[in-house]
Amino acid sequence: MAGTKEMNMAKAINLALHEALERDENVVVMGEDVGYDEGVFRITEGLVQKYGEKRVIDTPLAEAGIMGTAIGMSIYGLRPVCEIQFSDFANYAFNQMESHAARFRNRTRGQIKTPLVMRMPSGGGIRALEHHSESREATWAHVPGLKVVMPSGPRSARALLHSAIQDDDAVVFYEPKSLYRLFKEEVPDEIETFPIGKAQVVKEGKDLTVVSFGASFRVALDAVETLEEDQDVSIELIDLLSISPMDHATICKSVEKTGRLVVVHEGPRNLGIAAEIIARVNENAFLSLEAPVKRVTGYDVPMPYFSKEQFFLPDADKVALACMETIKF
Amino acid sequence: MPRKPIEITEKIEYLSILDENANVDAKLEPKLDNATLKKMYRFMLLGRRTDERMLKMQRTGRLGTFPQASGHEAVSIGSVSAIEKTDWHIPAYRELAGMLYRGWSLEKIILYWNGYEEGAVPPEGVNDLPYCVPVASQLLHAAGVGMAMNIKGDKKVALTYFGDGSSSEGDFHEALNFASVFKAPVVFVCQNNQYAISVPLSKQMNCKTLAQRAVAYGMPGIKVDGNDVLAMYVATKEAVDRAKAGGGPTLVEGLTYRFTPHTTADDPKRYRSEDESKEWFGKEPLTRFAKYLQNKGVVTAKELEEMEAEVDAEIRAGIERSETLSKSEELMNPLAMFDYLYGEETEHLKAQKEELKQYLEHKKKGKKQQNHTAHAAGSAK
Ligand SMILES: Cc1ncc(C[n+]2csc(CCOP(=O)(O)OP(=O)(O)O)c2C)c(N)n1
Repeated sequence: MAGTKEMNMAKAINLALHEALERDENVVVMGEDVGYDEGVFRITEGLVQKYGEKRVIDTPLAEAGIMGTAIGMSIYGLRPVCEIQFSDFANYAFNQMESHAARFRNRTRGQIKTPLVMRMPSGGGIRALEHHSESREATWAHVPGLKVVMPSGPRSARALLHSAIQDDDAVVFYEPKSLYRLFKEEVPDEIETFPIGKAQVVKEGKDLTVVSFGASFRVALDAVETLEEDQDVSIELIDLLSISPMDHATICKSVEKTGRLVVVHEGPRNLGIAAEIIARVNENAFLSLEAPVKRVTGYDVPMPYFSKEQFFLPDADKVALACMETIKF
Repeated sequence: MPRKPIEITEKIEYLSILDENANVDAKLEPKLDNATLKKMYRFMLLGRRTDERMLKMQRTGRLGTFPQASGHEAVSIGSVSAIEKTDWHIPAYRELAGMLYRGWSLEKIILYWNGYEEGAVPPEGVNDLPYCVPVASQLLHAAGVGMAMNIKGDKKVALTYFGDGSSSEGDFHEALNFASVFKAPVVFVCQNNQYAISVPLSKQMNCKTLAQRAVAYGMPGIKVDGNDVLAMYVATKEAVDRAKAGGGPTLVEGLTYRFTPHTTADDPKRYRSEDESKEWFGKEPLTRFAKYLQNKGVVTAKELEEMEAEVDAEIRAGIERSETLSKSEELMNPLAMFDYLYGEETEHLKAQKEELKQYLEHKKKGKKQQNHTAHAAGSAK
């Protein structure tokens, strides 16, 4: 067995970028301040020094420009891995992604592909100023033709980023920024990939299924561990990892076993990821349900400025409450 | 016959009136009365000292990350002093001095950077919009405000700001084009501090000056020594007068330098050489203006000292007010997040508000019963 190394998520993403640039000369990294500044979160550390300005590109400050030119590059045969400084500013690039990255393959009956990645830090929890903390993965997941993934720690980040870079379609790669340096985890020395479109059962259980992803996954994990310590319950925990395409088969299989479901995410509730999960459970496993499904999510308001962001975010208490209500129903 | 030059008549001028050694060009010097000059200096000083105090607060955990404004006082004050209260002031995020000049209280500014929405509520009596974080997007609002002034027949102007890097966004180009096509009374002021975080202007654009971009949109453009508050005033005043007379928009580029990191979260040594920084620190806007005022007999050295003490006391009081306010029931109330989203309350949000309220009550009860969940709560951070 090959070995592993312990690292935080920032390091793991950086590692994946180094590895991708090393193994595939078509990979280029581009974005605002990704060169000598090494990214505002230092995710692109050491890249420009090693791979040069031709492949690690400090772009002008223009998100539509970044994604639009990345589309052109990807059509030409490169694999651009773009950094949008904060996911909130990807709005500027929405048209390029929705109208083009998501459609070229379909419009040309499979002939033209756009193998690109749009990486971006997202979510709250770091006391950032306004327009730096939203979670709009549902918006992107709503676009047919885009793939959307979100890791929940170092190992999944490195593996999913490799999958995203190797994928022939456009992938939106969400990086829950509060996790960048929150904890370390063992990451294999060998490059691994996680299949896009697959969820992972992280912990098996009998009484309830909890589904989450990204930073909220850590919150859910915390709640589940506390509940299992304090109460006589057994909970199955699923890390969604791939938001679109979504692996409802894994979720439904779990619900068929437990009969109960709680979904946790940080983004707003209205037409959110939880809503889609619940709809698919209704379609595929309705008769297994023994209690109404609960969702613990952000509220349907913009993320409050940071003095009150903790009230907006799902926390372990909120999750634990929802779990117990569902179990006791 | 088939190929001949097309005359582009606009020329781009560079304007400097007060140099870094406080030499003044008497022919170009604006005729401003002593009270106005003093007021301009006072707000530059207030901006500078506030910025410095805010940095100390940030370093000791009493303030969030914020973009520092030291070095940007002359661009901000030179331009804002050329408009009236009834005109519109639409800032980006380095116009601290100008916002104070317009009547934004210190506590509001501090509350904003400390994560309170109340800090974004404009003061009464002026037409100001709050800070704008998504870069260049505010420029279109200014163009729209200017178009509305034309539609309503009001003789006013909209003064708006952006950074050099922000000129790469499509919104910048669309704003200039709209304003020009509709002859909107707008003055676009560029705080050209030569860097967008780490990216130098030479990597943003392949033009000699930012001001020349005006030519492509058919409006006048001027490049100004942005550390020279008099030159900034003169260039803006000309643009304001022209706009109010129906002459349409102007692009004013103020060349300056950040004396600080981009925000309190980065290290400029990664991308700016120490020699370059030293050279630009020497062109600092306050020192030369203070000298000018003394040479002119507008203020004495003693008065300047008194002004500093006054300004510092004002800042201390503002910080205190912000800290009292941030502990007030109203500003601490998380349920307010549901109250201002729409003009009327929706059933859906009412239910979510109730849900959060019950959760908070539940937590309060839990705490009373010492049913501690510190382990659980610790994880969400
Ligand atoms: C649309 C958008 N993209 C990215 C950012 C992140 N960001 C904040 S400031 C900044 C650089 C802005 O540079 P410049 O326009 O030159 O203004 P300066 O900050 O130097 O005053 C960036 C990239 C943002 N706020 N908005």
